[in-house]
Amino acid sequence: VATTEALAAIRQEVEAFLFEEAAILDDWRLDDWAALFTEDARYVVPATDARHADPNVTLGLIDDDIVRIRGRVERLKSRHAHREFPSSRTRRLITNVRVLKTTDDAIQATANFLVSRVRNGQTDHMVGRYLYTLVRAGNGLKIRSRRAELEAETLAPHGTVSIIL
Amino acid sequence: MDVPNLIIDDRKNAIFRVHRTAMTSQEVFELEQRNIFDRCWLYVGHESELPNPGDYRRRHVAGRPIVFVRGSDSVIRLFFNTCTHRGARICRQDAGNQASFQCFYHSWTFNNKGELVGVPDEESYAGEWNRKERALQQPARSDNYRGFWFLSFNPDMVDLDEYLAGAKEYLDLVADQSEVGMRLLPGTNRYATNANWKLLVENSLDGYHGAPLHVTYWQFLAKQGLDRLGQLTADTARGLDLGNGHAVTVSPAPYGRPVALWHPTFGEDAREEIASIRQRLIDRHGEDRAYRMTETIRNLFVYPNLIINDVMAITVRVIWSISPNQMDVTAWALGPAEESSSMLKRRIEGFNLFLGPGGFGSPDDVEALEACQEGFAATAVEWSDISRGMRREATAIDERQVRALWREWHAHLQGLPHGDHSPDYQLAAQEAASSG
Repeated sequence: VATTEALAAIRQEVEAFLFEEAAILDDWRLDDWAALFTEDARYVVPATDARHADPNVTLGLIDDDIVRIRGRVERLKSRHAHREFPSSRTRRLITNVRVLKTTDDAIQATANFLVSRVRNGQTDHMVGRYLYTLVRAGNGLKIRSRRAELEAETLAPHGTVSIIL
Repeated sequence: MDVPNLIIDDRKNAIFRVHRTAMTSQEVFELEQRNIFDRCWLYVGHESELPNPGDYRRRHVAGRPIVFVRGSDSVIRLFFNTCTHRGARICRQDAGNQASFQCFYHSWTFNNKGELVGVPDEESYAGEWNRKERALQQPARSDNYRGFWFLSFNPDMVDLDEYLAGAKEYLDLVADQSEVGMRLLPGTNRYATNANWKLLVENSLDGYHGAPLHVTYWQFLAKQGLDRLGQLTADTARGLDLGNGHAVTVSPAPYGRPVALWHPTFGEDAREEIASIRQRLIDRHGEDRAYRMTETIRNLFVYPNLIINDVMAITVRVIWSISPNQMDVTAWALGPAEESSSMLKRRIEGFNLFLGPGGFGSPDDVEALEACQEGFAATAVEWSDISRGMRREATAIDERQVRALWREWHAHLQGLPHGDHSPDYQLAAQEAASSG
């Protein structure tokens, strides 16, 4: 059982990790982002009317394994990802970081997000919460599971999830 | 608005042009509401969304609030979602199961068959009070074809069966993929696009853009071992006009299909299951029909606004016109109810990867449609060209199937019952023969 102090330290470590990840994404350092994941990783964005559903049996917006995570990064780096060429400006506010559970090898954490995307005369604000499973890797952390649940009822005005959410 | 001249359809000279005000004019938008959306059969939902008595789904159909509900007597009905008393929506959740709908404003209560069953202080209504006259109102027409439910606000509309014309055969090719019934999966793609609704209809039928626009998708599949991109431009690929505005593209599948074509991305462990699904289809439907169901892909358009892409997964996509330059899109995934959990996972992955708004394909379609809408602001360029394949039996990368939309649309805007859907090339061929 972790002490209060130990839990506070874990929360601080998780928060620093999430802030760093947000900075990487806002800088469009996408290869660095893909490197944050374990080989058995999963990145999920559920449908807006099934936010808490199991992606194995429910249509969603994104359900990537590591192959598709790397494929998504390759795509977004290309000039042929037309929805993101030229790429949008993004700024992420990550708050309310909470550690839900710790085990010997994994940390489950949640955070709220507000991701603003600006492009072509239009600004979108996407709000929701993250659910992470992080694992120890060397001196740092890696992402085993990353789930972004949007509060939106419909994707509008932007109409797509073209950035990494 | 000079409606007759919005389209130049000159089969003899292989010219087909659409005036771009068709995508920008408020007057055209309003005419479409009256002449198309207030008249045609419009898709509402799939019967699998209402498995049990009392199940309901809230829908918007051409801007009108609708409740799609299976009554306690198991009969599926459609009602306008408005209290017959003072107008409040009586159903205020997207989905659920209820024996009755009670209006929260004055507590009038309707059962799930639409009957008015409770009115507080009812005896205070004097005179000709009649509960039956105050039942929930139904759209003029409602019917289903193989579980796909439609409505029409037009009491004089032809029967759904007649309306669907050649599209029925292609709906059958979808419906027959299951032995127990197709079902819509939970989870809905809802998104908006800042472009005219007809651009997404065109795009859904447009094989010409597939290779150039979706380069990143093909590159990703190529890394997974895909080597069949040429199928999209195969000689056997076709663009067909199915009558009454409906249309379809048919091509040999360039990728794997859960029903039922194996591809390396599915993994070795899927080979046997896919072979068995395919064999059962052959047993039930014969080699030729099973070939069509398993090894070809189809993008079906049911006029005016329903798309069923039977590709690496199956979408049921409905497009609503919100303003001249805005549409709303709702899309679901359809699959056989008996599908194994591993095949269902492959189906969902395939859908998410290409068809969904978070995938490697659809975002770029949205970008293209919005880029067109922005381009229309250059009003000096008045016409869009939709003439590919007018002098031959059209392939899937030609535009005969897109012209099917425009010909029906143009007729409807002029108050005519149907467009001329006869083949494009006959006149040109006759002309050539007589001059030769």
